[in-house]
Amino acid sequence: MSPDFHLGPVLPEFILAVGALALLMVGALRGERSTWLVTELAIVVLGVAFLIDVGTPTHGVLMFDGAFLDDAFGRFMKGLALLGSIVTLVMSIGFMRQQGIDRFEYPVLIILSTLGMMLLISAHSLISLYLGFELMSLALYVLAAFDRDNVRASEAGLKYFVLGALSSGMLLYGASLIYGFAGTVLFDGIATALQGHAQIGVVFGLVFLSAGLAFKMSTVPFHMWTPDVYEGAPTPVTAFFATAPKMAAVAITVRIIITAFPGIIAEWQQIIIFISIASMALGSFSAIGQTNFKRLMAYSAIGHMGFALVGLAAGTEAGVHGVLIYMSIYLVMTLGTFAAILMMRRGGLNVEMTADLAGLGQTHPAMAFFLAMLMFSLAGIPPLAGFFAKFYVFQAAIQANLYGLAVLGVLSSVVAAYYYLRIVKMMYFDAPLGTFDRPNRGVSFVLGAASLATLLFWLDPGPLVVGAAAAARSLF
Amino acid sequence: MTVGLTQYLIVAAILFTLGVAGIILNRKNIIIILMSVELILLAVNVNLVAFSAFLGDLTGQVFGLFVLTVAAAESAIGLAILVVYYRNRGSIAVEDINMMKG
Repeated sequence: MSPDFHLGPVLPEFILAVGALALLMVGALRGERSTWLVTELAIVVLGVAFLIDVGTPTHGVLMFDGAFLDDAFGRFMKGLALLGSIVTLVMSIGFMRQQGIDRFEYPVLIILSTLGMMLLISAHSLISLYLGFELMSLALYVLAAFDRDNVRASEAGLKYFVLGALSSGMLLYGASLIYGFAGTVLFDGIATALQGHAQIGVVFGLVFLSAGLAFKMSTVPFHMWTPDVYEGAPTPVTAFFATAPKMAAVAITVRIIITAFPGIIAEWQQIIIFISIASMALGSFSAIGQTNFKRLMAYSAIGHMGFALVGLAAGTEAGVHGVLIYMSIYLVMTLGTFAAILMMRRGGLNVEMTADLAGLGQTHPAMAFFLAMLMFSLAGIPPLAGFFAKFYVFQAAIQANLYGLAVLGVLSSVVAAYYYLRIVKMMYFDAPLGTFDRPNRGVSFVLGAASLATLLFWLDPGPLVVGAAAAARSLF
Repeated sequence: MTVGLTQYLIVAAILFTLGVAGIILNRKNIIIILMSVELILLAVNVNLVAFSAFLGDLTGQVFGLFVLTVAAAESAIGLAILVVYYRNRGSIAVEDINMMKG
């Protein structure tokens, strides 16, 4: 690293940090009336960061004494996290106003949390990993309880905080053991220290570290918070939880395992395979009995994280390639589904039961078609995008001789198809309950765009597949 | 008996276990959970400082300072959420946090 300081590689993070502080000042000086202005400016700030992130080339620069790595993998995942933040912010404008919780702190917290995710994705030492993790989490705790006069939202915030604090404590304990037994906090230094032999202390630390990361990915056995927080938090916040933080958590898990622990593959592979199988199974079976759409999406998220980790369990470049494709497609499908949930308003009240979708095919044919496509895609039915996502991760698992994992994955996706198809059945074959209110234009656009993107993905999968391949290559 | 690295690690492991047990077993009060979280973070700091001293490497102590700072921010946010919850529910007993299930 050259001694003179270049801002270039950290420019998106820099813009977010300065933008968050400036918008906080605008909000504090102009009071509650500034909510609309702060939200619009926050979308601009995130948009500029996104354009710089995807628009400028990168050659893998290490900065700040090795604490921060700017590479193609990081750029790819940061692009996904920023996209999730921007779209959820656009979708939340109408909802927050209708609920009377349109305060200017909301966009500022979204920016701060996104900044934490970006630092987390680019982390190259245990210290920057922890600081990024906490910056992301602390903002998320507040966002969960943002509807502060609602008892369910504050309960969701409290549950998320208590379990989140426990998980960050575990992550930190693991980090301290890894530091002590490897003698360094830098990922490449840890990889060098572990060459050839696995010290028991480091393996112990890795177990604790994976527990902390599994919590943020909402994978079994640290998934307990997911359904409650998804159900209790305001819907746009749930959409945010379901997209951006998941990208960051999966990205750092892949990065730390591939760059810091390539020497002890036998040890971590067992952990990842267990987490993956347990999440796929629990996500598929527990969602069957759910009647609340947001809760159903929580179990669906647990299952999908299990599928994504199948690629990581392979531990190869093809596996990481599969994870990246999976996360991109999952992001689009989830944003579309939450747009549909936000459109479920009847008589000025939000409804969120799956039964409320009955007869949607007759009352709102366009919305029903778009949502049905997303459900088919989440179930992984060809030729929709969700099928390709699963195809790449299972292919990588088979190339790595993990036949059992691939077979269990396919079986649990068959079980999961049941509850996705049940929603399609309700929309087209049940008697209508009445019409929904006229939806917000931004939300309808997100639903249509996400649904068409998953429907027409097979026409031109090239850009995503090539981009993910370049990102995966930069990690090895 | 001389006090070596192992003894420090054992103390930290005991503190960590007490903290985790405090969160999981406690059925009464959420304030106790916040105290248990602090106990976990301090156990980590004992680990970090002990490793730092025995490795002769300052990084661990820097890490420890960052942990202290974040712990302060974390408990501030935790107490704020707790106050919001108490205003809505009128109780901070752990068994009352049961609005959502399944």
